[in-house]
Amino acid sequence: MLLRADNISKTFFRNTDNSNYFFAVTPLNLEIPPETVTVLMGRSGSGKTTLLNMLSGILQPSEGKVWMDNTDLYSLTDMELSRLRNERLGVIPQARSAVDSLTVRENILLPAKLYGKPVPAKEAGYWMKEFEIDHLANAMPKELSGGELRRMAIVRAILQNPDVLLADEPTGDLDDENTDKVLSALYALAHQENKAVFMVTHENDALKYADRILRMEKGQIFPFEK
Amino acid sequence: MKAFSLSLKNLIRKPGRTAMLSLLTAFLALSVFGGSVIVLSLRAGLQSLEARLGADIILVPSEAQSRISFQNMLLQGTSGAFYMDASVMDKAMDVPGVEKAAPQTFLASLKADCCSVKIQVIGIDPSRDFTVQPWIARSLTGALGDMDVVVGCKVEAGIGEIIRIYEQRCKVVARLEPTGTGLDTAVYCNMDTMNTLLAAAEAKGVSHKISSGDDSVVSAVYIKVRDGYDIDTVNTALTGKLRKVTAVRTRSMITGVSDSLAGISRTVTIMIVVIWALAFMILFLAYILIVRERSREFAVLRLIGASRNMLGRMALIESAICGLIGGFTGIGLASIGVFAFSALIESSLGLPYLIPDISTILLLAAGTMMLSIVVSALASAFAAWRLSRVNPGTALREGC
Repeated sequence: MLLRADNISKTFFRNTDNSNYFFAVTPLNLEIPPETVTVLMGRSGSGKTTLLNMLSGILQPSEGKVWMDNTDLYSLTDMELSRLRNERLGVIPQARSAVDSLTVRENILLPAKLYGKPVPAKEAGYWMKEFEIDHLANAMPKELSGGELRRMAIVRAILQNPDVLLADEPTGDLDDENTDKVLSALYALAHQENKAVFMVTHENDALKYADRILRMEKGQIFPFEK
Repeated sequence: MKAFSLSLKNLIRKPGRTAMLSLLTAFLALSVFGGSVIVLSLRAGLQSLEARLGADIILVPSEAQSRISFQNMLLQGTSGAFYMDASVMDKAMDVPGVEKAAPQTFLASLKADCCSVKIQVIGIDPSRDFTVQPWIARSLTGALGDMDVVVGCKVEAGIGEIIRIYEQRCKVVARLEPTGTGLDTAVYCNMDTMNTLLAAAEAKGVSHKISSGDDSVVSAVYIKVRDGYDIDTVNTALTGKLRKVTAVRTRSMITGVSDSLAGISRTVTIMIVVIWALAFMILFLAYILIVRERSREFAVLRLIGASRNMLGRMALIESAICGLIGGFTGIGLASIGVFAFSALIESSLGLPYLIPDISTILLLAAGTMMLSIVVSALASAFAAWRLSRVNPGTALREGC
């Protein structure tokens, strides 16, 4: 077992006619095992991104615990949790996620450089070429299209060499060809390098690569029935 | 890429933002360094004047303008020529409590063919003088010979050069250190030389005759009061005994200058405080506005493993570097203003103005630099704290 959510829930304060609270995620249990691609589908506002943020260690659940092996993520100090995020959790966020003052190459190598680790230059070259952004290595993020920025974020997460890769709509801005490349790359990572991949998506193509499919509705998860 | 190099890249690749933040700090540094140099220069000028006068009482002719002319000559270097009978000195020595009396005779040269420079000439009696000689001794080892002159630091004549005063050739034998007063534009000679120059001036139509027709004249007599005597009492006794002569307590003259200096110091200090308060507030708000612009960037850093500590440190390093650049710029600009235009400042203030020595200036610059860095970092502290607590999920989704 790698990443596990134990009875986690998330409640936000929100003024509505009926209540002052919005239950984004109601108590749920989830296991994300290695060598598996888990795909989570669901309508907008069903709580998918909130769940992914809690699993990523960036949003503390209102209740429950998130375990990485035998470590309770939210019992760690900020320093320890940050280090764990850097070394064991790779996150591909839904939104544009570049540091604007750095070039594409610098952005991609940033996780390693942040803690003074050896720079995976060779792997960076390989993945940039694989996702066709090698010619943009010295470009600034503002010069890139949405799809190119998305591929940059995917390469950055892969180069972190994490045990768990959490991706929020990783193919959102991509064309069919690149969507296929990304999904097969994530599948290969899970099955050839024993990574745990958890993907939130609306993309039906993703289902082909999924080992396990889940559906989220009103803050709860259910097995997906095709 | 540790916090420092990432901060440096951010600053270099966002030149507009860096320039704006540095410029605000530059205003702070400019006001502190420039204002402090002006106030210190005025204080040093006052101390120099006090030391240079070296007398307790000065006797000048009681003509309406004599005292003002004398003060202007000392403070602003304007030409002054007023005379009284030389016997005043012996009469003053008879007053109980007077320990020493040293005469000085003034003559203003002309801005004409007969004179190579327009200056104030001051004749001293080396055997009696106790005010100027100690200063001359610092620059001149031997005695002040006939037709020799010692020049103030602002007189454009080098040692060994000959300057013409009323067609008389005088040799420059020494230059005095700066005093920040009108004495910097004066030329000193002995009484024999002064008598020669007075006669030459007379021939050019510049009269020094007094109503008694006596040729033996002096312009001022510097009095040193004997220990144990009250200066005010001696002052009153001199005023009572000497007709057509005003006894001026040097302390009262210094007090006048000191009062003006206190007023200027107060104004400069208030200005510095107001500028600092305004600039600090603008800087603080600028950093708060930047929080919004940079939330997404900090959220990304947080996502890939940067700790709050690391992000806070990064924001503080950036603001400290802006403070350093701003401090350097501000000190540079202030230096151009206060050093290049020191003569203009001096003449417009009309007060003794002596720029402090290099070690004081360097110390002040270092202090200002330190202050700029600390203030810049302080102004950004709240913003740094907010940025370090950015919620990556929210910031990336909403871009705020």
